[in-house]
Amino acid sequence: MSNFKYHILICGGTGCHASQSDQIKNNLAQLVVEKGLADEVQVVVTGCFGFCEKGPIVKMLPDNTFYTQVKPEDCREIIEEHIIKGRKVERLLYQNPETKEHVSDSKHMGFYKKQLRIALRNCGFINPENIDEYFARDGYAALASVLEQNNPQATIEAIKKSGLRGRGGGGFSTGLKWELASKNPADQKYVVCNADEGDPGAFMDRSILEGDPHTVLEAMAINGFCIGATKGLIYIRAEYPLAIERLKIAIAQAMETGVLGNNIFGTDFSFHIELRYGAGAFVCGEETALIHSMEGERGEPTFKPPFPAQEGYLKKPTNVNNVETFANIPVIILKGWEWFSSIGTEKSKGTKVFALAGKINNVGLIEVPMGITLREVIYEIGGGIKDGKKFKAVQTGGPSGGCLTEKFLDTPIDYDNLIAAGSMMGSGGMIVMDEDDCMVSVAKFYLDFTVEESCGKCAPCRIGNKRLFEILEKITEGKGTMEDLENLSNLSKVIKDTALCGLGQTSPNPVLSTLDNFWEEYVAHVTDKKCPAGQCKALKQYVIEPDACIGCTACARVCPVGAIKGEKKMAHEINQETCIKCGACYEKCKFNAIFIK
Amino acid sequence: MDKIKSLADLKKKREELQSALTLREQGENTENLIQVRVAMATCGIASGAKQVMEVIINECNKRGIQAVVTQTGCMGYCYAEPTVEVTKPGSEPVVFGYITPVKAEELVAKYLAGNEMLDGVIPVNYEKVNQ
Ligand SMILES: Cc1cc2nc3c(=O)[nH]c(=O)nc-3n(C[C@H](O)[C@H](O)[C@H](O)COP(=O)(O)O)c2cc1C
Repeated sequence: MSNFKYHILICGGTGCHASQSDQIKNNLAQLVVEKGLADEVQVVVTGCFGFCEKGPIVKMLPDNTFYTQVKPEDCREIIEEHIIKGRKVERLLYQNPETKEHVSDSKHMGFYKKQLRIALRNCGFINPENIDEYFARDGYAALASVLEQNNPQATIEAIKKSGLRGRGGGGFSTGLKWELASKNPADQKYVVCNADEGDPGAFMDRSILEGDPHTVLEAMAINGFCIGATKGLIYIRAEYPLAIERLKIAIAQAMETGVLGNNIFGTDFSFHIELRYGAGAFVCGEETALIHSMEGERGEPTFKPPFPAQEGYLKKPTNVNNVETFANIPVIILKGWEWFSSIGTEKSKGTKVFALAGKINNVGLIEVPMGITLREVIYEIGGGIKDGKKFKAVQTGGPSGGCLTEKFLDTPIDYDNLIAAGSMMGSGGMIVMDEDDCMVSVAKFYLDFTVEESCGKCAPCRIGNKRLFEILEKITEGKGTMEDLENLSNLSKVIKDTALCGLGQTSPNPVLSTLDNFWEEYVAHVTDKKCPAGQCKALKQYVIEPDACIGCTACARVCPVGAIKGEKKMAHEINQETCIKCGACYEKCKFNAIFIK
Repeated sequence: MDKIKSLADLKKKREELQSALTLREQGENTENLIQVRVAMATCGIASGAKQVMEVIINECNKRGIQAVVTQTGCMGYCYAEPTVEVTKPGSEPVVFGYITPVKAEELVAKYLAGNEMLDGVIPVNYEKVNQ
C-alpha cells in the first residue's frame, strides 16, 4: 500500500505540455527527492483539466488546491510552502475576475461549477500512462461485466435505451448503429474509432485520448463483442503525436495485462486494436472517406448506402463511432442506462464536451449536461466576453454549423434545438464572437476552409463552394451587389441539395445562417460599402478631421504610398483612391485627428 | 505485469489498487469530509508532528474514516505542540493541543469516529483567513 500523503497532479495535455508542463513535473519530482519526501508525495502527469486559459495547471491533493499558470521556477515555492509548511502559494491561485478574490478549490471556480464530467471523468485525474490507475477507477469492469453477462443483444439494448447519440456530429443513435452492424452476418467485422477530429478549434477527442486512452479501448472491445468483431482500428491524425504516444502505451499495457488480446478474462472473446494514421484532411473524418483512407485508397467519400454497417472496411460490416461517443460507453454500462438517460433533455441524453474559444474569458474544454443554455456556458462557465465587450454571436458546429445570436442565449442546448436554431451540435466547437467580429468575414473564413478541404470529387462542392467564397470575398472588398446576396442564398441551397457527402451538404450553413441572422450587416457591406464591425480592411476609410489637424505633417511622412497631402500647419487630407488602409497614419497622429469611418 | 484471467482477477486487482487513488477522490469531495490539519512548522515538527500525522492517517485508514489529512503552518500555539485542528462538515473547527502519537490514536477513536471530546482542546480565538 502506498503511503503518499500528497498527490501533485500536473496537466499533461497538449496545451500545458507546450507551456513546459514537462519541466514542471521534472522540477517537482526532483525537489520531492531533494527534500526527502519521495515516500510522501506522489507527482503525477495527467490529462487535460480543461482550463487551458490559465495553464499550466498544477493540482494539490487531498486539499484540492488549484494552481494556475505555473512556471518551472515556481516549483520550489510549491514544495517548500505548500507541502512542507502547509501554506498555500497565494499568487498562484486562481483569481476571481470580478471579486478579485483568490479561489483555492477548483470546485468554487465558476468554470467548474456547472460542469458534469462523464466522458472526461478521468481526464486530469489519472495518469494516462499507467493502466493501474485506470483499473483503480473501475477500468475494464464494464467490459468484464458485458462478457460475464454474455448477452450482446442485451448490451446493445441498454445502449439504445440510454439515449446516447453520436458525438462526432451526426447525432445518430449509437445503440441503433450497433444493432445494425450486429445483424449483418460476416466472417469478419470491424470496429473503427474516428479520431480524425477535423473541426477547426475542436480538441475534445484529442484530450480524451491523451487523458484517458483506456476508456476508448475498453469501449471498442465492448463494441466488438456486441457486434461480433474481433478487430478494432483507431483512425487518428498524425498531427496528434502525444495522443498517439499515449494510445500506443495504453494498447501495450492492455495487451500485457490481458484485458485486450486473446481470450479476454478467460472467455473465448478476443479483441485486437491497431492504429491507423490520417494525414489531417477534414474530409477523412467523414466515415466512408475515412474507411477508404484506411484501405489505402484516396480519402474520398462514397455514396451511402451502402452504410459502413453493411459494407465498410475491406467491404466488411463496420461500426464507426467517435472518440467521445466511445468514452461514454463504459460508464453507461457500469452505472446503468437509467442513470444516463436521466441526464439531459428529452431527445439528447447525457453530456457534451465543448471546446470554448474566441472572445471569451475562460477558453478551454468543458463538459456540460445537455439542456444547459448558451447563456450559462458563455457567462458562467466561460466567464463572459473578453474586455467587457458586447456578445454578438456564437458559432457552433464548425464549418458545417452556423452562428447563433442573442435571441438563442436561453435556448437549451441539444441536437434538435441547435438544428432548429439554424446551426448544429457538430463535434463541439464553440467560438464566441463579439461586436468587433464581422459576420461576412466569419462566413468567408469557413468557406475558405471548405474550399481548401473539399476533396473535389463532386462538382457542387468543388465548384460551388469556390464560387461562394468568391462572392463573399467580393462583398468584403466592397464590390458586392444585392444580386450577389441573392446568388449566395440560391447557390447555397443548390450545393446543400446536390453535394455527395456531408461536407458539401453542410458547407453552405455558415453562409445561410449569417444571411439569416445578420442580413443588415451584409446589406451594409453591399449598399453602404461599410463594415459595421470595422473589420473589412477594404471598407475602412481613414479620414482626417480638419479641425483637429494642426498640420504637423507626421502622417504624410509616414504614409508609404504618399496618399496624404497638405501644407505645413494646415489641415491635411487623405486621398481615398491611393490609400491602402495600412493604418500607419492613424498610429502616428498625436492629435487624434485621424479617425476610421 | 500479471495477466488478468478472470473477472475475479480483475476485482482483486481493483481492490488492491483502489486505495492508491482515494486521496485524489477525497479531493473532489472536501466539503463533505472531515478535515484534519496538523500544524507542521518547526515547533510542531520538533515535538513530533510528523509521527502524529502518520498515526492519524493510519488510524483513519484502519477504521475506514474518510478524512482529508493535511498539514498546515504554525497555528500559533507553540506551547501546546503538536496541535491538530479538526473540522467536521457543518461544524466549527476544534483545535487540540499536546497531541502525542498515543493521543492521536485516541483522537481518531473518540472525536473522529464518535463525537467524544478529549482533554486539551484549545479554545478557538482566531478568525480563519481564507484557507
Ligand atoms: C466532412 C465530415 C467530416 C467529419 N469529421 C468527423 C470527425 O472528425 N470526427 C468524427 O468523429 N466524425 C466526423 N464526421 C462524422 C462521421 O462521418 C461519422 O458520422 C461519425 O464518425 C460517426 O460516429 P458517431 O456516431 O459516434 O458520431 C464527419 C462527417 C463529415 C461529413
